[in-house]
Amino acid sequence: MSLGSVPLKYKVTIDREQCMHCMRCINNCSYGVFHREDDRIIIDSRKCTACHHCISMCPRDAISLQERPVDYRSHPLWTAEAREDIINQARTGKIILAGMGNAKPYPVIFDRLVLDACQVTNPSIDPLREPMELRTYIGKKPPRLEIDKKDNGDIEMLTKLTPNLKLETPIMIGHMSYGAISLNAQLSLAKAVEKTGTFMGTGEGGLHEAIYPYQKNMIVQVASGRFGVDINYLERGAAIEIKIGQGAKPGIGGHLPGEKVCQDVSCTRMIPLGSDAISPAPHHDIYSIEDLAQLVRSLKEATEWKKPVFVKIAAVHNAAAIAAGIARSSADAVVIDGFRGGSGATPKVFRDNVGIPIEAAVASVDQKLKDQGIRNKISVIASGGIRNSADIAKSIALGADAVYIGTGALIAMGCRVCGQCYRGMCPWGIATQRQELVDRLDPEIESEHVANLIRSWTLELSELMGAAGINSIESLRSNRSRLRGYMLDEGTLDVLQVKPVGA
Amino acid sequence: MCGIIGVIDRKRALMDGSSIRDALSLMNERGSGEGAGYAAYGIYPDFQDCYAIHVFFDNLVEPKSRVDHMLHKWGRIVHQEAIPTYEQDGLKRSHIPWRYFFKPYSDLMAGSTTPEDDVMKYIVMETNSNIQGALIFSSGKNMGVFKASGWPEDVANFYRIEDYKGYIWLAHNRYPTNTPGWWGGAHPFNLLDWAVVHNGEITSYGTNRRYVESNGYTCSMFTDTEVVAYLFDLLGRRHGLPEDVVVKALAPPFWDEIDNMPEKEQELNHAIRLTYGPALMNGPFAIVVATHEGIVGFTDRIKLRPLVIGENEDRLYISSEEAAIRVMDPEVQNIHMPRAGEPVIGRVIV
Ligand code: SF4
Ligand code: SF4
Repeated sequence: MSLGSVPLKYKVTIDREQCMHCMRCINNCSYGVFHREDDRIIIDSRKCTACHHCISMCPRDAISLQERPVDYRSHPLWTAEAREDIINQARTGKIILAGMGNAKPYPVIFDRLVLDACQVTNPSIDPLREPMELRTYIGKKPPRLEIDKKDNGDIEMLTKLTPNLKLETPIMIGHMSYGAISLNAQLSLAKAVEKTGTFMGTGEGGLHEAIYPYQKNMIVQVASGRFGVDINYLERGAAIEIKIGQGAKPGIGGHLPGEKVCQDVSCTRMIPLGSDAISPAPHHDIYSIEDLAQLVRSLKEATEWKKPVFVKIAAVHNAAAIAAGIARSSADAVVIDGFRGGSGATPKVFRDNVGIPIEAAVASVDQKLKDQGIRNKISVIASGGIRNSADIAKSIALGADAVYIGTGALIAMGCRVCGQCYRGMCPWGIATQRQELVDRLDPEIESEHVANLIRSWTLELSELMGAAGINSIESLRSNRSRLRGYMLDEGTLDVLQVKPVGA
Repeated sequence: MCGIIGVIDRKRALMDGSSIRDALSLMNERGSGEGAGYAAYGIYPDFQDCYAIHVFFDNLVEPKSRVDHMLHKWGRIVHQEAIPTYEQDGLKRSHIPWRYFFKPYSDLMAGSTTPEDDVMKYIVMETNSNIQGALIFSSGKNMGVFKASGWPEDVANFYRIEDYKGYIWLAHNRYPTNTPGWWGGAHPFNLLDWAVVHNGEITSYGTNRRYVESNGYTCSMFTDTEVVAYLFDLLGRRHGLPEDVVVKALAPPFWDEIDNMPEKEQELNHAIRLTYGPALMNGPFAIVVATHEGIVGFTDRIKLRPLVIGENEDRLYISSEEAAIRVMDPEVQNIHMPRAGEPVIGRVIV
């Protein structure tokens, strides 16, 4: 007997009184929910992903969308999702793919941490009147400064500094490759980071010529597939990042479906047209920490020790010890990607079940590096699930030097977190290579939206710092006495080294 | 709030403690009668080569035998006695102040370039974090801290501060918001040769604390001031930086200013901020730090706490209030206020 169909996920309706038959929704929906029969718009709700493109473009606000219009018998364990996943797998015998970050309702530690402000005993600082410094340097710092003070009072520095990236704000944009996202999307991000004095990652997709003008703001990625990597690529980047793992799928490689590998993507990645781009789970030249150290050194040699090299790992249980190993190599920064990190395509079972939250990972990495006296050797970049300026302030107070945002920047360009990125039909022109969809995204406009987001978060950060009586970001970093935990268990408080509220 | 004052005679002419007591009492408006203290350099000429260890004991039985035991292991006690004290109506005696004159064995600290100091530092950290009922609050050579809970004049009279003669004095009148009534919470705060008086609150305490702790210090005093002493010890003694560079690390110029400096200066200041970011002290403060070689006064980067300077021949005064300086020296000249973050340095010249 057939398993039949599962109930609709979303139900789309058009208020026929309101509708003026402009037919825009038909063009807007890349998933083919709407079609025209004579003068009527017919709706196939089953195809809907809740991307909201039709809704946002309807001139009459005539479209409405309802989630889960059909109830299952409610059950706390056998949720609708659990049941549907089984039905789906019973049919296909395959791994379930999903997009975007972890979608399980784990408690969010960020939401159980509160920040501090000054009252009476120390004055808060008004960022409108006093300087507020968010400038951040990413890279190795010397353990101490050696200087020679001459008799005439002149000071000569004996310590040589290694190259650091200079950020005007501790907010960077993480790696989303050309391929996973469209060129227009990448271009918008590139223009935005240039405008705001910060950096973004290329992802494992090479560097398209159109991005060359922004190369001084780009961190070029070297991942296990080595797509697009050659000396030209390495030399163009401001920094190089070796990707070991990703928060959305720790322990497994990447997969860009052949449908997304168009002419341009294939050239940039240096792979055949239409072929699946598969990044293996481990780098085939890295089977231990020494191998990683060697790769870091090779990349440094290749670029004459002029560029910082980052290493990105997924936040797994042992992240702190792994970071300490990375700090002992010549790497300049370690990126910790929490289990809420986004992804264009990932097996759902990984997305929802593997790895640990970024808050705990950053706190333990910062502490481990301090315990070993090597915190100066490496910068710590937090990523994965950062939603607002408070999350950034909290990440920094837990020990991060800077953060990567990803999903946040996409939402600023229209993304509605529908989670269908892996299908390559993104109606917002972000996670797609279809020209007609890509053309919907205007880099001039969207770069301004993304830049605005970075600007507003930077402003809010200065206000939060000022209220805490701090006028320089380095005084917030790892300043855990300015955090309190609200309804966090003792074990977690201990890992975060944060006191409970009221203490 | 809190009131602070410091003085140095650059030619090491000795001053007794009576005038700084009077100056500090003048600033009672800035205190609450719950803590005051004095530090003086040059007071133990007969034991110049020994570390003068001042301890608060809760009793002379358990805690003292444990401290004695540790000192015997790590060196030789040249002399020890109760610090002479005199009952005051306004002061409740909560501890027994004791002093040791101590010489560490320098061969016990392998791999250190300053083994005696490191032994001493170890003893201070161990005692204060692990021996209940004992608190070492002073551990330098030929110097000493005298402090308690009470008004400045009561604390001074309790120790008969006029009986001590030093060429550098620091004093502090406390308005506590944390740990009131605890003698250990009063200033000056000291470690080895460093003594600190501090008016303000350090909003970057958590950052600074984690930085010094990762460099082997243990914060056990429940006050943000101790971290200043450790920062000076780390940057000044262990990293060998001159005072003006240490102050630049703790209260650095803003990036905008650094960007506009001439190249060499820019390079230095840039390197200081990169290297010593976690040492930057934020929040409102005015601080005077002393060693046997001199005193340094400075404020936070936007000067949220007052600091006034005065001079008279070999004497340099640094205080929260001009009036306090005038009590010590009615003839004082050249009264002025340093800019935010600018260090005022008085060094001995003989
Ligand atoms: S998929 Fe998007 S555009 Fe299509 S109907 Fe659903 S919300 Fe509208
Ligand atoms: S990028 Fe596009 S496909 Fe992916 S979640 Fe956002 S709107 Fe949906």
